[in-house]
Amino acid sequence: MFVFLVRRLLQAVMVMLAVAFIAFLMFRYLGDPVNNIVSQDATQQQREEVRQRLGLDDPMAIQYGRFVINAAKGDFGVSYRNSRPVSALLAERLPATAELVLVAALLSLVLGIPLGIYTALKPRGVLSQGLQIMSLIGISLPTFVTGILLILVFSVWLGWLPSFGRGDVIDIGWWSTGFLTASGLKALILPSFMLCLFQLTLIMRLVRAEMLEVLRADYIKFAKARGLKNRAIHFRHALKNTLIPVVTIFGLQLGGLIAFAIITETVFQWPGMGALFIQAVNFTDVPVMAAYLVMVSLIFVIINTSVDLLYNVIDPRLRTDPTRASGKGA
Amino acid sequence: MALLEVENLKVEFPTRKGVLTAVDNVSFNVEQGEILGVVGESGAGKSMTGAAVIGLLEPPGRIGGGQIRLDGKRIDNLSPDEMRKIRGRHIGAIFQDPLTSLNPLFTVGEQLVETIRTHLPMSAADAKKRAIGWLAEVGIPAPDRRFDQYPHQFSGGMRQRVVIALALCAEPRLIIADEPTTALDVSVQAQIIALLKRVCRERNAAAILVTHDMGVIAETADRVAVMYAGRLAEIGPVAHVLQKPSHPYTAGLMGSIPRVGPRPKRLIQIEGSMPRLTDIPSGCAFNPRCPKVFAECHRIRPELRPVADGAAACLLYEGVTQ
Repeated sequence: MFVFLVRRLLQAVMVMLAVAFIAFLMFRYLGDPVNNIVSQDATQQQREEVRQRLGLDDPMAIQYGRFVINAAKGDFGVSYRNSRPVSALLAERLPATAELVLVAALLSLVLGIPLGIYTALKPRGVLSQGLQIMSLIGISLPTFVTGILLILVFSVWLGWLPSFGRGDVIDIGWWSTGFLTASGLKALILPSFMLCLFQLTLIMRLVRAEMLEVLRADYIKFAKARGLKNRAIHFRHALKNTLIPVVTIFGLQLGGLIAFAIITETVFQWPGMGALFIQAVNFTDVPVMAAYLVMVSLIFVIINTSVDLLYNVIDPRLRTDPTRASGKGA
Repeated sequence: MALLEVENLKVEFPTRKGVLTAVDNVSFNVEQGEILGVVGESGAGKSMTGAAVIGLLEPPGRIGGGQIRLDGKRIDNLSPDEMRKIRGRHIGAIFQDPLTSLNPLFTVGEQLVETIRTHLPMSAADAKKRAIGWLAEVGIPAPDRRFDQYPHQFSGGMRQRVVIALALCAEPRLIIADEPTTALDVSVQAQIIALLKRVCRERNAAAILVTHDMGVIAETADRVAVMYAGRLAEIGPVAHVLQKPSHPYTAGLMGSIPRVGPRPKRLIQIEGSMPRLTDIPSGCAFNPRCPKVFAECHRIRPELRPVADGAAACLLYEGVTQ
């Protein structure tokens, strides 16, 4: 288990170094940063001075090393556009995105798994077939379209929910949360639903397919022959066996949720990291873009590593067992 | 009164091309503590008969007629939940493949305790004690330690022992063992059969042993039923059926078992193959392959008639003139 953990962490570090390299390349190839700093009529000599001061004339390997060390300390430099440290900008925007993604992820699990089980257990029911069709629509409509439709119905026609922003937030230390105010919670509903819709339908369809597969397994037939109650067969024996692919896909999709949050944040004017990134792209604000890239990758890597560890919890066959080294037992 | 009475059982599969009859008019009894062997080629309806008795026919398969009685009480028309209470508690089952019969994500102990507590009012601690007792009973060494292990930590033979413990742990009086040794090493097969026989005898539990291994039948069963194309061809005491088979099909089966001896005889082979369910010939289903076939066999369907100690479904014994 320990060896596995170390190996997995080393892999994660390698991935992060590669991502950092790509982020680093952005600085070199998306325009000359010196141009962004000095005034337009600076002389060639002034330019060289700045270049030297910033260490931009050092060999590439040294510059890369410096970038990685600074990034590891959370220092991504200063935003070109509003001259504030990038880390501060991101920290300010992180809570909004994190809360949105968290709610969307929970919604997709809380709704997706039970709906998947239901459609698998009653495959011919009217409700199941309706859900299947709905999920097909959900999985194929682009999220910005569903977002705009949601705004049209719930904000414009019915006037129940706000169409943009986070509502009122309360600061707890540096974290600003919308969970504690009524308007904050109301503002969360539409964006999180839009964000989770794809994931929700994916999980529902996945759970359904896996469950149908597992219900045909011999151990389910044998569980029936042992006279176990249907509830135990479906929710204990079958569900646990369907969870491994669900955990995999959920882990992958959680990263996807953060990435897709860009679209949701744009549609709902949500003040999160995605919106910040879109602005940064518009102004070629390379430090912000680089920091966003590194940060999202870091989240991806953390999630995937945790998923690998979760497998071990769910499936005993993956746990390395010292007694097995001596043969298969018996 | 027999423990299990099966009367004119019919198992049907509705298909687009009409209803197929997989088990046709099969009747037999199983006495208290008796081991009944059921033999036949693949597709003869052996497993289907077992599945019908325990109420686990895969849809769209269904019981199309007849009765199944346990202790004189009909069980073929019970509600799903009433039937569930009978499974495991009164009728246990063992399937072919021990490698896939156990849920890989639960320990052997969890699966045993779960089964025991589903059927018997018992505290978790008592159930655990009983489960460990069962592991010891089926010959698993170090049962206390094995209790907490997962199925993948057991070998194939050991897993089938666990499966037997699981099928018997709520003390059913009838076990349906559907080819319990087919997936195992030959060296382990005999042990498993011996174990099954011993635990049944000790508890006076009856068993229906579905197999196509005549050796297993000869060694284990008290009586044997021979099935062909969904029908019962012959049923009777093992010694009688094996040594003096009445039905030409049984005779052919016996002739096709290789024997070890100083002067090996040529193996007899039954010509042709069993008909598909869609084109069972009229009259006796065996008529295209029967060495003793005569004109009436194509017209009249033979009923099961008492012959010697047992019964056979063959016109040779119905006094029909050849």
